Amino acid sequence: MIVKQTNQKAWFMVLPVFLVVAFSAVIPLMTVVNYSVQDTFGGNQFFWVGMDWFRDLIHSERFHDAFLRQLLFSGIILLIEIPLGVMIALAMPRKGWGVPVCLITMALPLLIPWNVVGTIWQIFGRVDIGLLGHTLASLGFNYNYTQDPLAAWITIIIMDVWHWTSLVVLLAYAGLCSIPDAYYQAAKIDGASRFSVFRYIQLPKMQRVLLIAILLRFMDSFMIYTEPFVITGGGPGNSTTFMSIDLVKMAVGQFDLGPAAAMSLVYFLVILLLCWVFYTVMTNVGEESRKGDA
Amino acid sequence: MANITLKDIAHSYTGASDNPDDYALKKLNLTWRDGGAYALLGPSGCGKTTLLNIISGLLIPTKGQVLFNDQDVTRLPTEQRNIAQIFQFPVIYDTMTVFENLAFPLKNRGRSKKEIEPRVIALAETLGLEKELGTKAQHLTADAKQKISLGRGLIRQSVNAILFDEPLTVIDPQLKWELRSQLKYLHKQFAFTMIYVTHDQTEALTFADQVIVMYEGAVVQVGTPEELFFRPEHTFVGYFIGSPGMNIIPCAVQGNRALIDGHAITLGRRYPDQPNSAKVELGIRPEHLHLTAAEDGGLPVRVVKVNDIGRYRIVRVALEGRELNVVVPENTEISGEQAGLHLDQDHTNIYLNDHLIAGEEQ
Repeated sequence: MIVKQTNQKAWFMVLPVFLVVAFSAVIPLMTVVNYSVQDTFGGNQFFWVGMDWFRDLIHSERFHDAFLRQLLFSGIILLIEIPLGVMIALAMPRKGWGVPVCLITMALPLLIPWNVVGTIWQIFGRVDIGLLGHTLASLGFNYNYTQDPLAAWITIIIMDVWHWTSLVVLLAYAGLCSIPDAYYQAAKIDGASRFSVFRYIQLPKMQRVLLIAILLRFMDSFMIYTEPFVITGGGPGNSTTFMSIDLVKMAVGQFDLGPAAAMSLVYFLVILLLCWVFYTVMTNVGEESRKGDA
Repeated sequence: MANITLKDIAHSYTGASDNPDDYALKKLNLTWRDGGAYALLGPSGCGKTTLLNIISGLLIPTKGQVLFNDQDVTRLPTEQRNIAQIFQFPVIYDTMTVFENLAFPLKNRGRSKKEIEPRVIALAETLGLEKELGTKAQHLTADAKQKISLGRGLIRQSVNAILFDEPLTVIDPQLKWELRSQLKYLHKQFAFTMIYVTHDQTEALTFADQVIVMYEGAVVQVGTPEELFFRPEHTFVGYFIGSPGMNIIPCAVQGNRALIDGHAITLGRRYPDQPNSAKVELGIRPEHLHLTAAEDGGLPVRVVKVNDIGRYRIVRVALEGRELNVVVPENTEISGEQAGLHLDQDHTNIYLNDHLIAGEEQ
């Protein structure tokens, strides 16, 4: 038997990565875990409370409301942006000078930073000086996002649609462009209607990119913070206080480190669970298509 | 069911132009008789698919007219032409079952379920798909997918024509043979017009009553397989059809004599004098050349190589440095390096600028 000379020095090469990961992820996460099971009255004095914060959180109406608001928001966003994005992608030209024009126009909103988007819409919607708000108010609409929860929701949803539909458009357009011409030709030969072409060719071929679009838009909207913070600050009342806003209020505003830590862990687990569900669905769909290609 | 006539058709992908080089398909006139089996044969990029797409209406030709019987359909959309077309690579509707795929062309035309069902089942049996009818189409192999594509083309029996665009490329050889016989059988049964594009001469010659040979966007010959073999009208046809292709030898022609590198041979016909600038060539198939011992006369050639391919041998000989192929029977002895080459007068063709010239009886 040959004894292989082993040299363990190479482990030192991974040391920097260990340090970076420890400082950027593991230690902060463990700190949060640590906070979530303790209570403090300042002065660096901590008391062990066990699972109390989690128990409180699960039964807290405030958390339920924020969570439901968050789900509702993500649901509405997906229901609007996915179909709208697909429709725009279908309407975009496939060749000629219109292609670069459309692509660049579509990419523009994606290039604007979140807080700038928030500020743009915050001013745009103001009743005193904003173009939209003032116009609506002069036309007699009772629009004021600082007082009316419905107006606040509509403003934030339109803003998100304006900001992010482009992403869905670009993904769907990429999916459409990858369909070989022969499919459309065969559909013509088979006498398929415009709707059949969409239903049986375009939609199945876009399936994979659409799943990615749904995943990205879901995750992004589920952790939305900056724009509603800039526009409404979570108000009026608590009507636009989404989970992330609530979390920051609790941790930084009230300095309730324990409950905030418990909430962020739950938030983290919810996102992890939903990502796992999406991932499983996507890989299953991917495998099914691959089997079909073989 | 109709005769399809292409009248002065030409197509350029870059739009109308006066420069003939811009045309992927150069001006042509063709008639496809109702119920005929045609093959379009030519190398890749010679305009076969373009021609097919013009017939089916996927392309509107830059110039000319497409007539079904006497009706001008040049601008009629594909759906209304009642044409079936099968593409090189399988096109299937992923989310549908095999049954739904096959039924799709009929369903789109509003046929009743009662009419569709027996027809789909019968066709699936012909194609050997009856066990897969309930399966989602995307789970099948490439072979089966292409069978579905074929099936969607064959399901409508009253079509004006079925166009096949190299449909058997992705199918493995054994199955290819079976499918080809099935297509022939279906053609006999339903007598639809069949236009079959291929770059494989065996496929074209076994399949069709009439073969259309295309070369660089032009039709160079239309004829039966025999005509293409014995009287190629263009040097390209001679070269492209046959294995090995025709020997093409530059020569000078004076009356009934041809001069090849100073060696005179007698021709079966008499030809008018050609200007010096013209490209004159003699074409003869390897099957129509004979070798004898060097002492027995004939053109003096040197034997370069003998390939035994089973039923016969292909001898490669050099005539003044120009290499030619000769087909000799299996049991012929080829001895020594030198041999005499003899040409079969009846099958010696003379080409002027690549086109066959007839000559006169003498």
